[in-house]
Amino acid sequence: MNLINLFTIFFYLMSTAAYLFFLFVQKQKFEKAGLYLLTAGFVIHTSTLVFGFISSGHMPVENLPETLSVAGWAVVCVFLLLHYKFNLKILGIYAAPLATLIMIVSYPLPKVALQNPEILKSLWLSFHIVFIFLGEAFFALACGIGILYLLQERAIKRKRPGFFFRRLPSLNLLDSIGYVCILGGFTLMTVGLITGFVYAKNVWGSFWSADPKEIWSIITWLLYAALIHGRLISGWRGRRSAVMAIIGFGVILFTFLGVNFLFEGHHEVFTRWRDS
Amino acid sequence: MLDIVLIGINHKSAPVEIRECLAFDEDDTLKALSFFKNSRVIKESILFSTCNRVEMLMTTPLVNEAIQDAKQYLSDYKQMVLKRFEGSLYIYQDIDAVRHIFRVASSLDSLVVGEPQILGQIKEAYRKALAQKTAGVILNRLLHKSFFVAKRVRHETGIGDHAVSISYAAIELAKKIFGSIENKKVLLIGAGEMAELAVEHLIRNRTGEILVANRTFDRAVKLARNFNGKAIRFEEIYSTLEFADIIISSTGAPGFVVFQEQVKKLLRKRKNKPLFFIDIAVPRDIDPEINRLNNAYVYDIDDLKGVIEENIEDRKREALKAERIIEEAVIGFKHWHKNLDVVPTIVGMRKKMENIVQKEIKKTSKSLQHLSEDDYQAIYRMTDAIINKILHDPTLFLKQNGYHGPSSAPIDFTRKLFRLDEE
Repeated sequence: MNLINLFTIFFYLMSTAAYLFFLFVQKQKFEKAGLYLLTAGFVIHTSTLVFGFISSGHMPVENLPETLSVAGWAVVCVFLLLHYKFNLKILGIYAAPLATLIMIVSYPLPKVALQNPEILKSLWLSFHIVFIFLGEAFFALACGIGILYLLQERAIKRKRPGFFFRRLPSLNLLDSIGYVCILGGFTLMTVGLITGFVYAKNVWGSFWSADPKEIWSIITWLLYAALIHGRLISGWRGRRSAVMAIIGFGVILFTFLGVNFLFEGHHEVFTRWRDS
Repeated sequence: MLDIVLIGINHKSAPVEIRECLAFDEDDTLKALSFFKNSRVIKESILFSTCNRVEMLMTTPLVNEAIQDAKQYLSDYKQMVLKRFEGSLYIYQDIDAVRHIFRVASSLDSLVVGEPQILGQIKEAYRKALAQKTAGVILNRLLHKSFFVAKRVRHETGIGDHAVSISYAAIELAKKIFGSIENKKVLLIGAGEMAELAVEHLIRNRTGEILVANRTFDRAVKLARNFNGKAIRFEEIYSTLEFADIIISSTGAPGFVVFQEQVKKLLRKRKNKPLFFIDIAVPRDIDPEINRLNNAYVYDIDDLKGVIEENIEDRKREALKAERIIEEAVIGFKHWHKNLDVVPTIVGMRKKMENIVQKEIKKTSKSLQHLSEDDYQAIYRMTDAIINKILHDPTLFLKQNGYHGPSSAPIDFTRKLFRLDEE
């Protein structure tokens, strides 16, 4: 399994390099190469996950490296989706390195076996994981688009259109796609949370156990809800929306990783990276 | 063999007073072409005339006489003493002429390097020459190569990228803010040549409604009619800003016309839909502090000039790449042109046949082991004789044709027929 992961990393790395070339040289062939390499990596990655699912009978989220791998997969999946739908080529310069980074970080982490893998064998949990991770991938890309927005806005406001001005699309396009990502992420996250609660009820007997991860997830959810509300009611668009998308993803990162390391709770078992 | 000659004047070699005297309109061009067609020394000709240049491209067996004829024609037809403009003319021959026409077509010789109109103008001139049947084998190929080179330059270098005029720069910026500027509302405050030009550019990009405000309402009504827009009173500007997207301001007001506080309130009402102010007025009309507000962008005339200067620098860098592409094409063309003559063509045909004979004999000799060296000598003598006999009539034809007055068409055809120019 580890060997195949290396292949995935290899393709993602090559794709990152191609997108870097595309950023600097601006030749379409590099963008195409980046996309194809990423797609190839994605196919391998998907088959790894499917194989993991079949061989263990549950979602491959027993420990931190496996969970990270699913997160990386989700990022690529959502990027390819967005690319197909909106043709936002330049986003590859964010998505490909992000996926590569996640995979490289996860690679050397020890795979700690779960003491009680039986709790993973639940349809609700599978839904919970898929929805949450895809949702978070949407938020990750919204963050990337937010960064691109800020770069482009800075170029225009400073009146020195240079490197980024030429390479990035219009503010309006970035803003709209960013919003689509937020909406998509929010919807998936909502479904993911609900399925999570149902799963919690089944496994631990109650919908809500004030687990730190649950609390932080709700905080994240509220944050994005506020962002969407602000946009609909008072037109929070542009810079403010971009900054919120970046902050939101920061909170997600904290919920995903920070909470596991700082607090105890029942999510901790899925992201173990050392025997305790 | 026909030489290529180009005579011309352009914005670098002559002031506008001379250029306008020598300019050819459509009728003039057709007349000139038919004059050249009947000329004894000028075999092919194309003439193009734009506001920045007049160029005559010809092929001739007698270079000096052709140049003299062309100059005389210019002087007679335009009724201008030759002395007055002779110093402004430039004359290029052979590969220099080829290089020049490639550079012109690729817009490297333009006043604004990289401007795209010139290629269309040359195509139009070529179309006229075709209609008058004054373009022959050489100019046909030269022009087609120029179009090809120009396309390559445009495609492979960034020479045509990025605006180098104020109104184009403004539109490029607007597109980076709004994405598409289709159906965006435009408000013109004040009047002025540059502002009106910018509005015209915007209209060409299919913007939405045009609103015009002016201190004197009559003037606003008049302007609005030009743009098919709507006139509003000067006092209505503030309430109109709520719906406009792109504002072009060019009033003679001594102070600001639009203030930050106003726009701040307005943006809330607009639900933060972006506003783009283009301030062409000096002194400025739009409070520059507005640029600090989110979703509002202000560019004054100096900002736009700064953008353009940066773009011009870029184009100059790209022009270097373009020169390399052109040099490549010049070499290719030179090779073709040099061979477009009787002797190289006959040599080419002979070589081709000798190659075929060599190959076939080699193939056959494998099964003819019993033949001696003498036998082979005899075979070679025979094949040489065959080649000579075959080439006899074509050689005669090509040579005779040459005596009747050099015509490149049969040579070109022969070269194509035998595929002597590998591409």
